[in-house]
Amino acid sequence: MLDSLARFGRLGLSAMERLGRGHLLLLQILLGIGSLLRRLGLLVSQIHSIGVRTTTIIIVSGLFVGMVLGLQGYYVLSQFGAEESLGVMVAASLVRELGPVVTALLFAGRAGSALTAEIGLMKATEQLSGLEMMAVDPVQRILTPRFYAGFLSMPLLAAMFSAVGVIGGYFVSVGLLGVDDGAFWSQMQSKIDWGEDVINGVIKSFVFGFVCAWIALFQGYDAVPTSSGVSEATTRTVVHSSLAVLVLDFVLTALMFGE
Amino acid sequence: MKMRYLEITVGVFMAAGLVALFFLAMQVSNLASVSGEEGYQVTARFDNIGGLKVRSPVSMAGVRIGRVTGISYDQSSYEAVVTLSIEPQYNQIPDDSIAKIYTSGLLGEQYIGLDPGGSLENLKQGSEVTMTQSALVLEEIIGQFLFSKAEDNAISSDP
Repeated sequence: MLDSLARFGRLGLSAMERLGRGHLLLLQILLGIGSLLRRLGLLVSQIHSIGVRTTTIIIVSGLFVGMVLGLQGYYVLSQFGAEESLGVMVAASLVRELGPVVTALLFAGRAGSALTAEIGLMKATEQLSGLEMMAVDPVQRILTPRFYAGFLSMPLLAAMFSAVGVIGGYFVSVGLLGVDDGAFWSQMQSKIDWGEDVINGVIKSFVFGFVCAWIALFQGYDAVPTSSGVSEATTRTVVHSSLAVLVLDFVLTALMFGE
Repeated sequence: MKMRYLEITVGVFMAAGLVALFFLAMQVSNLASVSGEEGYQVTARFDNIGGLKVRSPVSMAGVRIGRVTGISYDQSSYEAVVTLSIEPQYNQIPDDSIAKIYTSGLLGEQYIGLDPGGSLENLKQGSEVTMTQSALVLEEIIGQFLFSKAEDNAISSDP
């Protein structure tokens, strides 16, 4: 009885400890911006590996998500004779929810797991301690550029996802289903608000970029330095990022759009 | 050479992201038409505004000339006070115009329609539209219809 209680307590303590380590690491990463600004080349190469190489999957999935939204929305809206509102439906769901959320989930799977594996392997092969030996701060040199690259890439990726999705929805609804071209755009423009919808979506994707990059880097930096430890950490990155994104999305939606 | 390639791809990436954002701003949302939103404000009092909301359109002859920017309740007169923001280029609206609350379509949203009056004075910042017609509440209309129907029946079966 006492044993199981002790095990439970140990679980809680270690969880708290990890949480503390995660926040300390985040603080260190954020403070590294000063040295990052002096070496912008690091940031550029990280944006390339984190952002640019995620673009393909984002654009392709955005296109298909938009097209599916067009098809499914048409099915419901045509029952009320409101096919002209298809543009509003596609754009609102993309800009408010699906753009930021699906981008963050794909980002966690595509870029977050790669980040964790990279950092974890660096730790396992003692490259991080090697840097420390040479009096280079591994957090500032390795983690900070990756963090800011993820934080900056996410909103751009989410904007691309939404824009491509709207175009995909346009192709399906106007090209395939015969919704009126003008009504599609004009209804969309009159109902979608720049500040209320688009900017809130962008804020969401900044938050998701922050959280995904933080989780991926912390899991890599905190991984047990063995091959199984790195693989576990990679799994945890994807699971924790996805859960964090979905829960945060609910909280943000309730704050932004709940009346 | 490698670095240059990286920089070019990152540049393309960031430009594509910004273009996407610009597309969302101009083509998808109403930013393009928001620019002239700074207009003059007039108020109108209604007995019942039905489902009117802030940001509902204000139109004249079917053309949108402004938006509802505020709805409040006046406790002393038991009326709803609606603030309308009308775009500055529409400055030739007679001050005895009638503001009515209409519904677009059977299930559509409600909007304010202004019917022009004959006065030589025009509406300006802070003036009030005095003649208003409230929203039609479906239950009231059905109630009146049933009431008059019952009355008709009473009269015809009287003799």
